[in-house]
Amino acid sequence: MQGWVSILIMVALGAGFALISVVLSSVLGPRKPTPEKSAPYECGMPAVGDARERQSVKFYLVAMIFLLFDIEVAFLYPWAMALRDLGWNGFVQVVLFMTLLLAGYVYVWRKRVLDWGTEKP
Amino acid sequence: MGLESEIPVLTTTVEKMVQWARRSSIWPVTFGLACCAIEMMAMSCSRYDIARFGAEVFRGSPRQSDLMIVAGRLSRKMAPALRRIYDQMPEPKWVISMGACASIGGVFDNYALVQGVDQIVPVDVYVPGCPPRPESLIYGIVQLQRKIAQQKLA
Amino acid sequence: MDPAALAASLEHAAPGVEIERATATDSHTTVYVSPDDLAAAARALHDAADLAFVLLADVTAIDFWPREPRYEVVYMLVSVAHRQRLRVKVRLTAADAHLRTVSDIWPAANWLEREVWDLFGIVFDDHPDPRRLLMPEDWEGHPLRKDYPVQIHMTPRSAQPLQVTAEEFRASVERDRLVRHE
Repeated sequence: MQGWVSILIMVALGAGFALISVVLSSVLGPRKPTPEKSAPYECGMPAVGDARERQSVKFYLVAMIFLLFDIEVAFLYPWAMALRDLGWNGFVQVVLFMTLLLAGYVYVWRKRVLDWGTEKP
Repeated sequence: MGLESEIPVLTTTVEKMVQWARRSSIWPVTFGLACCAIEMMAMSCSRYDIARFGAEVFRGSPRQSDLMIVAGRLSRKMAPALRRIYDQMPEPKWVISMGACASIGGVFDNYALVQGVDQIVPVDVYVPGCPPRPESLIYGIVQLQRKIAQQKLA
Repeated sequence: MDPAALAASLEHAAPGVEIERATATDSHTTVYVSPDDLAAAARALHDAADLAFVLLADVTAIDFWPREPRYEVVYMLVSVAHRQRLRVKVRLTAADAHLRTVSDIWPAANWLEREVWDLFGIVFDDHPDPRRLLMPEDWEGHPLRKDYPVQIHMTPRSAQPLQVTAEEFRASVERDRLVRHE
């Protein structure tokens, strides 16, 4: 139980600091909204159009792929620490795990998701 | 603000604290227009070092800054942009007019330049010079700190 | 390339163009061309293999008021392959201050000719984007003319709309493309 108390204190300090900052600034800070102040920032020029533009889907794809392989690496680190204790059994299991992800990697490679150069039509 | 109606002693102490906090952490927004910007950059670098006066970073966005140092010639075409950037800064905000051109039009009394940025934005401190030395601009910022030390909280 | 060789090359590349050599105080070869011949001469200077002036360094103008012809438009050309520089000048009268644009030959001329129109009032025919460049869009007058006052005391305008739609933006750009003939 003693271990959890210190974590609780740390959480309380962190949340308390954030809460005090927000409360103090909302109590002591000026509140003078004007239309010009709330206008979108475009380096002093009037903002043209809406900011909701279409983004390329490759950003989303890279984010997804990063997530998957990051999880894979997160599994590989504890396996590397416990390598000898797990023996051949564990080795085969991890190799199987990595082979599945390798197949996914080859698929991503062949589908040209990782190509960010000039797009051929 | 609700705090004004409380015990005056408490308000005075809080006011002094807020004034100290505001004047010790004035963050400028980058508004270097011309040659005075070079001296403003020199002021922010290691030799004259304005970070020791609290102006730690020059913010790129007006929404994150307190001070606008108008450093250089303001042309008529740029005047609406200056006003818009000033409007987008949150309260409390201050303006330093750096150099002769920003203060009064400088040596350029012509069709293209605004003869003093106080026609566009309200100015707190004028720093003369062409360009003012970094020490002059630091003196201007110290004067602004003295002005903030006297400002009421409301 | 000395002026004689340059004139010979240009005569060969663009027959019928009259080249008038001029003395200059610096080492640049300077030639005068008539306004009607400018298009042909520019095309020849750009395309001919032995000339190859593919880089337009500057377009500017001089106002000689009250002398006639009033303007001289100056083109600074650079040949990277042959390491040559050339200055081409065109004389224009005040009543007839217009030239054909060279922005289809040298894309850099787009903004350079906008600047000359803005500050001198010399109209460039067939220019793809005839707007002011340096002065505010609704400015009246051409400041670098010799009969333009230097000191103008006018309250600066600092109001602008908060937000514009894309259509309004395009419409205002089209409106600024008015070419006012003096």
